[in-house]
Amino acid sequence: MTTAAVLAILLPFAAAAAGLLGSRFPKGLRGGAADAAANRRAAWIAIVPTAVSTLLTIWLAYSIRTGQAAGGGDWLSRFTGSAGTARVATASVAVDTGSVPISIGLLVDGLAATIAVLVTVVALAVQVYSVGYLRDDRRYPSYSAFISLFTSAMLLVVYAADLLVLYVGWEVMGLCSYLLIGHWWEDRANSRAAVKAFLVTRIGDVGFLFGVFVLGTAAGGFRIADVLAKLPELPPGTILAAALLLLAGVAGKSAQVPLYTWLPDAMAGPTPISALIHAATMVAAGIFVVARLYPVFLASGPALDVLAVMAALGMLGAALAALAQDDLKRVLAYSTISQLAYMAGALAVGSRDAAVFHLITHGAFKALLFLCAGAVIHAVGSNLMSAMGGLRRGLPVTFAAMTIGFAALAGLPPASGFFSKDEVLAAVERSLSAGHLAAPVALLLYGCALATVAVTGAYATRAWLRTFFGERAPSGLPGTAVPEPGPSAALESAPPAAVHEAPPVMRWPIIVLAVPALLLGLPGVLHIHWGTAVLSVALALLGAGAVHTVWRSDPRRDPARLLGPLRRPCERAFSVDALYRAVFVRPTLLLAYVVARADGRVVDGAVRGSGRTVTGLAGLVRRAQNGNAQLYVTGLLAGVLLLAVGAVMLG
Amino acid sequence: MNWLPVALLAVPLAGAVLLAVPVGSTTRERWFPRYGLAVSGVALALSAALAAAFDHDDPARMQFVTNLPWIPGLGLRFHLGVDGVSLPLVLLTALLTFLCFAYLCRGRPAGSGRAPAPGHPATPPPGSPSTPSPGDSPGAASGRPSEPVGGGRPRALVFTLLVLEVGMIGTFLALDLLLFFVFFEVVLIPMYFVIAVWGGHRRRAAATKFILYTLLGSVVLLLGLLLIWAQTGTLDMTALARAHGTGMSRAAQILAFLAVGAGLAVKTPMWPLHTWLPDAHTEAPTVGSVLLAGVLLKMGTYGFARIAVPMLPGGATVLAPWLGAFAVIGIIYGSLACLAQRDLKRMIAYSSIGHMGFVLLGFAALTPAGFNGALFGNIAHGLITALLFFVVGSIKERYGTAEIPSLGGGMLARLPRLGSVLTFAAVASLGLPGLAGFWGEVLSLLGAFRPAAGLPRSLYLVFMALGGLGTVLTAAYFLSMLSRVTHGRPVETVHAPVLAAVGPADTGGTGDMGHTGGAGNAGSGEGTADAGNAGRGRGYGRRGIRDVAPHELVAWVPLMALILLLGLWPKALLDVTGPVARSLLGAP
Repeated sequence: MTTAAVLAILLPFAAAAAGLLGSRFPKGLRGGAADAAANRRAAWIAIVPTAVSTLLTIWLAYSIRTGQAAGGGDWLSRFTGSAGTARVATASVAVDTGSVPISIGLLVDGLAATIAVLVTVVALAVQVYSVGYLRDDRRYPSYSAFISLFTSAMLLVVYAADLLVLYVGWEVMGLCSYLLIGHWWEDRANSRAAVKAFLVTRIGDVGFLFGVFVLGTAAGGFRIADVLAKLPELPPGTILAAALLLLAGVAGKSAQVPLYTWLPDAMAGPTPISALIHAATMVAAGIFVVARLYPVFLASGPALDVLAVMAALGMLGAALAALAQDDLKRVLAYSTISQLAYMAGALAVGSRDAAVFHLITHGAFKALLFLCAGAVIHAVGSNLMSAMGGLRRGLPVTFAAMTIGFAALAGLPPASGFFSKDEVLAAVERSLSAGHLAAPVALLLYGCALATVAVTGAYATRAWLRTFFGERAPSGLPGTAVPEPGPSAALESAPPAAVHEAPPVMRWPIIVLAVPALLLGLPGVLHIHWGTAVLSVALALLGAGAVHTVWRSDPRRDPARLLGPLRRPCERAFSVDALYRAVFVRPTLLLAYVVARADGRVVDGAVRGSGRTVTGLAGLVRRAQNGNAQLYVTGLLAGVLLLAVGAVMLG
Repeated sequence: MNWLPVALLAVPLAGAVLLAVPVGSTTRERWFPRYGLAVSGVALALSAALAAAFDHDDPARMQFVTNLPWIPGLGLRFHLGVDGVSLPLVLLTALLTFLCFAYLCRGRPAGSGRAPAPGHPATPPPGSPSTPSPGDSPGAASGRPSEPVGGGRPRALVFTLLVLEVGMIGTFLALDLLLFFVFFEVVLIPMYFVIAVWGGHRRRAAATKFILYTLLGSVVLLLGLLLIWAQTGTLDMTALARAHGTGMSRAAQILAFLAVGAGLAVKTPMWPLHTWLPDAHTEAPTVGSVLLAGVLLKMGTYGFARIAVPMLPGGATVLAPWLGAFAVIGIIYGSLACLAQRDLKRMIAYSSIGHMGFVLLGFAALTPAGFNGALFGNIAHGLITALLFFVVGSIKERYGTAEIPSLGGGMLARLPRLGSVLTFAAVASLGLPGLAGFWGEVLSLLGAFRPAAGLPRSLYLVFMALGGLGTVLTAAYFLSMLSRVTHGRPVETVHAPVLAAVGPADTGGTGDMGHTGGAGNAGSGEGTADAGNAGRGRGYGRRGIRDVAPHELVAWVPLMALILLLGLWPKALLDVTGPVARSLLGAP
């Protein structure tokens, strides 16, 4: 089994290397037929190892589960795999760093095995889908190789037995995200979005690294198992510091307040990338790491309070922002932030299993939503909902799949999202009466969670109605439609009547993903918390109903006008971006400019100045050496006189 | 096997001496770089043999020791040896010199639009203002550094580089303080000529600044070394390191550390003694920049590892917080300066200040972890920055400028391979895990997180936080550079210097030149594109700017492979340096 875990990671890595180096090997031709051949080869190089990896992770998860079948735990912890103690550990190689050793090895327990299945299944679906989505893209070989590299890095994060090894995967994912967001780098805006994503997450990652230092040096090793074993002996201050520092990394990677601003911009990447990285897997890594190191957080109460506040602000703010966006992908991006905040909230109230449950269902339905959005964009040639409408006739399969996705997002039964959200809400509700959260924080979290249910229902309905119902806008408003440059130039000017379904290679992953998005919640069907469930469904229907009413009054106009004066701030996501730009980015650039100027003038100037001073002094001294004997004698006499006076005075 | 270190010095030296013999002055110029390639190849093979014969089970022990009296009156001995600290640096030096010659074999020694290079002997540029004087002996070259056209003169360049190699390898092998100093100084003169003769437009000023600055630093270093000698009565570096400062009073140690440290800090360079570096790197030719950044800077940090910290622990404990403070200022300052640079070469020069700041921060922690981080960062920086300078040199050769605004973006479209290599190098340099740059930074920060007993911990925590901020700034400037240079649509204008610089051999007719036909195929380890075919098939590169050429690939692929190897398997280097770090610090 250890071989399976290692292979699952190494196969996509080898695929990445082969795809980058070998797609055009050995002729290295470009253009026309050569591009098509390279794309075909790259597709095989990418898909086959990912598929094998998927089978391996499924087999690992299966064998670990059967190994712990006797273990106890309620249904939820059995579902998420966190019950039981069965695990697979590879022999680890210790790397001596001079202080705390790094141990290179893998550790697969139930939780890791479950998440790994999610990762590989979504990655496989996205790889297959991308073959169609980027059919005519010259850079498909590098694109698919980066997805393979990403898959490998994410599996490394999930399976890593050592915090620093985990960090390696963590950062490599950031790089893949950068490379893939910037896939269409001809457009400067995409390039800027890619840089922003990397930098904002890196700020969090520095905190994460320091948190790893704190834990590792305190526990005497970076191995996760050692750290968790040593935890009871550590001073509370150390644990708190570590937990807070780790949260910085979680906020960066999982796009939580205050480091979420990169995620909406990351939608500049191709849509399958948004599905894989910016919705289903990478952004879930932060949540996964908290789950993995959960005892550390449970042992530090204030850190959980911080996490709860972050989650509360994030879920409601992002949901409101999603309600006002016109770009379909940005709606989904903000909804991702909001849903991840639900998971963070569940973690904060002490229910790891609810968080992981929601992580899994969210991974399925959000990947589905993004792939559907990709099919819609592929058909329409624009990201903007104002250019869509009435698409249910032209895209029946996409419509059905996306309806499932939106139902799951809004938390409507029987879709999977309903059950997982129910668990989350029930856990938050429990924390009101009994829990470790401070009472006002728990209240804030509960209030925000309920409000967000209503807003989620509203924005999901709005996006659903604006995309699939009503009439399609004549040809979009000229100048406002921003087509993705990718799919194909021919689609940009597709007249409204010409909308048709995506090719099978894109349709099948959607259909396959729709199944778990619909059914993954079923294990919870016997365990519904009825009170909470009724309340949340009522709230979601309330939000949906409000939007529907407004929309019915004039299907041409955006139901976001429901927000009234709040609409503009929501559309701009409360201008946080502008604030960051003014407070952090501009001063840094100004400082850089000052430093660059000062380096030439002041620091180097001092050096050159001292050089000049020496030259000047030399000139003075030289002036004395002018060969005039009279002057020399005068100097000599003056010296003697001074010495004599000195001798008399001091003697 | 004790002859190996001696042979490592003798081979390049003999190679240089042979060149000075004025035989065959009429030989075709293209043979000189190949001759240099052969000589440095032998040196590389010797260093590989050294690494193979090295006892990896006991890297802390000094191996292959040669100890002969040289000038008995001064107590100077010819004392050479290798341990886990010097072995990687010797390998790095031999490798980089070899790769520089490989690069020179087809490329041109000068960076931009000047005289034709030895690599294109078959096509004398029509109307070129000057032709290289083939018969120039090295003596003549060194006597006339003011020669307005510095390109060409391959014999002199090869001679200079071989002498440089002797000095660099000697510095890392020497185990006698004065011998160390001699080699340390030997390096300066050839590097001066490399900058002054083959440099850019403002090479004279840069070379003068370089030599004055570093000589001044050397004077201070010499004073410090003499102070150690006066106090302990020995010049034997192994004995001094073993003594860990016994026999020297605390005040003398502090004074000596100050002098030695200041001398080495100029070379490293440490803020605020860095101002020679941007000019020198910017003006130096590609091979000069590569060796300057890849090896010469390491001589300063090597001095810290070999002399300042182990021999003067009393001084180190007192002055380490200051060293750390200057290091951290250097990290932040260098990164900020990079963020505002317009010239690519200058930006990479400033990035060295930031990276060497991490190395110094590792030393300042005075722990094995910090030491390991510093030594790892040293090697990683040597590999990565050498690659960056190679790439930027090639960019400058093609575009005729390294000004970021003039490059105009879209390099990934116009020159996909070159753009990819630049991306790889930049990503490695910003410290991505999985590539070599990461481990040095992370271990330095880990060292600062838990400094040696007796150092102010809270201050070091501030250093660590600022260092972390520095990694963010480093990512910021590299990524915004990549965004400006490699992304976007290529500008359709041809810069005038391109035509002037590239000459007829490279404009328009690349596809027809015999060597280009096989170029893409022979070197397609990358497998991405054939430059010649790209030119014909796709429409970019139509203007004859060709993508990565075979000689460049030969010089770059080993560096990229090593960066990847050290990043994925840091144990390879840490196992060599770790035990030495402990023994040098006197740690258990």
